[in-house]
Amino acid sequence: MARILALLLFLALPAQAEEVIAGLSQSRISITTNFDGSEILIFGAVKRENPIPETSPLHVLVTVEGPSEPLTVRRKSKRLGIWVNTASVEVDEAPSFYAVATSGPWSEVIQDIEDLRYRVSTLRAIRSVGARISGSEDFTNALIRIRRNQDLYQTNIGAISVEQQTLFSTSVQLPANLHEGDYRARFFLTRNGRVIDSYQTDIAVQKVGLERFLFRLSRDKPLVYGLMSLAIAIAAGWMASAAFRLFRA
Amino acid sequence: MLVYLPIAEVSVNAFLLLGLGGMVGILSGMFGVGGGFLMTPLLFFIGIPPAVAVATEANQIVASSFSGVLAHLKRRTVDLRMGTVLLIGGLVGAALGVQIFNALKAIGQVDLLVRLSYVVFLGIIGSLMFVESLNALRKTRGGRTVPTRRKHGLVHSLPFKMKFRTSGLYISVIPPLIVGVLVGILAAIMGVGGGFIMVPAMIYILGMPTKVVVGTSLFQIIFVTGFTTLLHATTNYTVDIVLAVLLLVGGVIGAQIGTQIGARLKAEQLRILLAAMVLIVCGKLATELLFQPSELYSLGAVAGH
Repeated sequence: MARILALLLFLALPAQAEEVIAGLSQSRISITTNFDGSEILIFGAVKRENPIPETSPLHVLVTVEGPSEPLTVRRKSKRLGIWVNTASVEVDEAPSFYAVATSGPWSEVIQDIEDLRYRVSTLRAIRSVGARISGSEDFTNALIRIRRNQDLYQTNIGAISVEQQTLFSTSVQLPANLHEGDYRARFFLTRNGRVIDSYQTDIAVQKVGLERFLFRLSRDKPLVYGLMSLAIAIAAGWMASAAFRLFRA
Repeated sequence: MLVYLPIAEVSVNAFLLLGLGGMVGILSGMFGVGGGFLMTPLLFFIGIPPAVAVATEANQIVASSFSGVLAHLKRRTVDLRMGTVLLIGGLVGAALGVQIFNALKAIGQVDLLVRLSYVVFLGIIGSLMFVESLNALRKTRGGRTVPTRRKHGLVHSLPFKMKFRTSGLYISVIPPLIVGVLVGILAAIMGVGGGFIMVPAMIYILGMPTKVVVGTSLFQIIFVTGFTTLLHATTNYTVDIVLAVLLLVGGVIGAQIGTQIGARLKAEQLRILLAAMVLIVCGKLATELLFQPSELYSLGAVAGH
């Protein structure tokens, strides 16, 4: 009896039956002076020992996220005739960039319980402990709305094409207002809305050259940086004045 | 041509910034205002984070004021002695202002206070100047120049008198010091050079001739904004040098052109134009407070970050 039960359990667990193997067109993004966004091509395949299960179609989810940071979301309302910030909610962790792409409609691709567990959707990727305040979801929604308008949060339903339940590919557009940091790409394979395998890899987003030099200087030697800014300002002012004097003479 | 700003961490059009800098520079040279009260809201509008906009703007004002002051020095329209007295007051005021700013930040609502003080001060100064210069303009149109009567008010009865030859004044140093401190406080709270407060204060409170006022105001603005730039660079790391360079290239050229235009205008015309400009900015900020914004929510860093 026990042996049959164990066998049943083994069959019921499709855990490692299908594995995701994935790659990115670039694992390092360099922010140069003329950086105006970048596109990452994402591709992958499903590795399996057994024939393709007939039960339900295979789905893929891909997320790309930037480093998280705490935020304050404020809401204005009218007091004494003027619009002022009256309420605020602290969001403990919100990614500076978040893109999620799916191979089909959300409800078919992943169940809510799995979304909650792996924090796949944008709403779940934002961690807000301050949810005690009533109506705090309005604040989280506002955060998503504002960032979506800046292309910092993207949800691309059906943007992944899956071939023969084996090969998949998509692309993520990184906007020009990208912040430096360690980005992360995550891949989820699902069947019946349940995650059967996942994989993650890093993308380093870094300022290079002059951008990097100035940024480091401003953090490491702020006084030197400040004095340099002033010197440039004074020199520019003087040069313009001298140039105009020549011009008029 | 898009340029990625290393500190602001946004990508902006370089020509747009050059143009903005030039426009504000012209106004700066004409009126002796740093132009911060115009440029800072414009930078917010094109998507520069507010903290970076305020700090970088201070740095840009240094450049345009320096360029302007050199032009004024050539024409001998800078009262260095008066400028130094105002500056001493101004630095004390700026240090006080930073303290007040931080105290208000701890309570919250610092945004609102900055905005309200903009509306109130711009409104009062703008309307007073507008009415006064309109009257002056009408009188000179009437054909006869009104002899400026020297008022012997409080300004003349205080001790520590000093001769300000360039301004043609022999007054106590106390009023200019107080003006300097008050402007310094406001400048630090509002994140601007304070020229738009300083210029009218010099004309109406100290009784300085308009021609000298512009150069003298620019002279002291250089130092107050230079001080502010260093404070921002060392405490908040928010001075974006690439943004500053783009703005100041346009700004210094504009300031030179502005000084030329200013020299050709009558004092009354100059004042009425400045008043009109101040009122326009005031009106714009007031409507933002009075009407429902399209986005009620805003994002900000958590206090202490």
